[in-house]
Amino acid sequence: MARKAKALEGLTQRSVEIAVALAIMLLGIITVYGSILVGIGWGAEGPKAGFLPFYIGLFIIGSCAINLFSIFAAGESDRLFAEWGQLRQVMSVVVPATVYVFLVDPIGIYLASFLLIAVFMKWIGRYSWATTIGVAIGMPLVSYMVFEKWFLVPLPKGPIEAMLGL
Amino acid sequence: MEEIGNLFQGFATVIQPFNIVLMFVGIILGVLIGVLPGLGGANGVAILLPLTFSMSPTSAIILLSCIYWGALFGGAITSILFNIPGEPWSVATTFDGYPMAQQGKAGEALTAAFTSSFVGALFAVIMITLVAPLVAAFALRFGPAEKFGVYFLAFCSFIGMSKEPPFKTLAAMMLGFALASVGLDQVTGQLRLTFGFTHLLTGFDFLIAVIGLFGIGEILLTMEEGLAFRGNKAKMDLKVVLKTWKELPKYWMLSLRSCLIGCWMGITPAGATPASFMSYGIAKRISKRGKNFGNGEIEGVIAPETAAHAAGTAALLPMLSLGVPGSPTAAVLLGGLLIWGLQPGPMLFIENKEFVWGLIASMYIGNIVGLIVVLTCVPLLAAILRVPFSIIAPLILVLCAIGAYSVNNSTFDVVMMMVFGVAGYFLKKTNYPLAPLVLAIVLGSKAEEAFRQSLLSSQGSLSIFWSNALVGTIMGLGLIALFWSAISNVWSRVRGPATA
Repeated sequence: MARKAKALEGLTQRSVEIAVALAIMLLGIITVYGSILVGIGWGAEGPKAGFLPFYIGLFIIGSCAINLFSIFAAGESDRLFAEWGQLRQVMSVVVPATVYVFLVDPIGIYLASFLLIAVFMKWIGRYSWATTIGVAIGMPLVSYMVFEKWFLVPLPKGPIEAMLGL
Repeated sequence: MEEIGNLFQGFATVIQPFNIVLMFVGIILGVLIGVLPGLGGANGVAILLPLTFSMSPTSAIILLSCIYWGALFGGAITSILFNIPGEPWSVATTFDGYPMAQQGKAGEALTAAFTSSFVGALFAVIMITLVAPLVAAFALRFGPAEKFGVYFLAFCSFIGMSKEPPFKTLAAMMLGFALASVGLDQVTGQLRLTFGFTHLLTGFDFLIAVIGLFGIGEILLTMEEGLAFRGNKAKMDLKVVLKTWKELPKYWMLSLRSCLIGCWMGITPAGATPASFMSYGIAKRISKRGKNFGNGEIEGVIAPETAAHAAGTAALLPMLSLGVPGSPTAAVLLGGLLIWGLQPGPMLFIENKEFVWGLIASMYIGNIVGLIVVLTCVPLLAAILRVPFSIIAPLILVLCAIGAYSVNNSTFDVVMMMVFGVAGYFLKKTNYPLAPLVLAIVLGSKAEEAFRQSLLSSQGSLSIFWSNALVGTIMGLGLIALFWSAISNVWSRVRGPATA
């Protein structure tokens, strides 16, 4: 009973440990498969391209298997990975940030950054519009000056910048 | 005594006005990076790396290494004033630093922390000055097998010395090697593990991994903890500083021990974080006032800070002389060398004397500048920490994105950064160490090249790694490092009954 109640409060450490080990193992399997595609043996030029990655993949699978084994050997535990409330906090960064990184290509980094900062400060920080807009415009402007003007590092631009002729 | 002459030439390079300005800028940025949660030494340097593309390599390394020194100093400020370690290596500083601040002795604690950091760094720099040229000269004799042996030793010590479960370290490290092998195979020119995705042709850039794993991952962790900064006021004036300085020489033995621990842990790629814990633990055991540790003992601040800074600095020794970085931040600096067109490793000491000695000289001056900056700027830095995280978080996100983009001018890298960020959050919370993962991505292709060249010359026989005394010794040391925890367990069990 107590365990069920605990599970309602958040994600258990055990389930996340298992998921992470399985995910890494999957990458190991992909590595082994990809290595076999390019050849893992000994060719005219010496060891083929997949020679080393093949064994690396095997090491990944092996060590994950041992990690999984030790998770199961340790048995059930009540330790929480994070409470639901904490995970909600994390998601409140992950979701806007993910939208942000996909927006950088189509609309440019300046407009995307403006939107990210504005949404974040208004939604999570609950700042006044004046502060929000000030920081959201200020930060991209400062980055523009520092990176493009001062250090001559070009950053991705979108249609707005093209319209302004930058 | 050729080295002394080289060192003075290095000083001459460093004290050019432009380089001095860069030094101050670097230290201030570095302290900020160290103070702000979500920005650490490694990803701070990675984000700012693109800014150096248009500079001369010597100026660039001065800027970046000073950011590193600044971050090492800055971590202590948040630990002492807010009980929040700005960097993992300053966790041990919170144990006694924060209680001291609560007792109104924040000024003493900060002065002690900064001064010990400085002492630790100075000790390590002197060691680098004396030892690095010798190691480099020795390493010139290394063939592919010996080179691979050095990589083997570095990675084995990670597994053997890590406080995380060994198979988690192994999994993280091998994952790094797998990521490093994606893309064009340098030996055969064949594409591998790309599965037809054109974005993967160039492979995974480790700078993107660093920015994602350490930067984004750290922001997510901070969000989860829901930080609210409630800190102590620091009263710093000359009187407090001088009074503390008068007391510090009393602890010379402690400092020396912490320096040695730090240097050792920095050269073997264990890094600054375990060094600070180890030094704190040993100080607690040896000190007469050991029982009072945790209630605000000044010794409990000196020990971890000295060791962390010594380790952080000493991590540059293997990077410079062997091309094997001793910490993630050193790995980023190594990535910088490659971008500026320099080949890290022993040849650096012959072909790029000005660069090497400029860097070493800048370590001396940079740490003096750092000490002055942190001693004078504490109130200002503490004020920055009171800016709420809901403003700082999106700004750091934007900085990370800019950094990730400008490494290769690729928007796909920005997306990859986010993927690494979420992965970093989960890996960190499940105790998979990130440092070996990053180091494996950096060194993967070089280690593979050395491995394949060795196998080529031996027609595929692994016996090449035991073929002469030199490579055999290195590989043997690697195996000892790999099984270090098992060996020390057995050792203490054998010794245990005898002493009991």
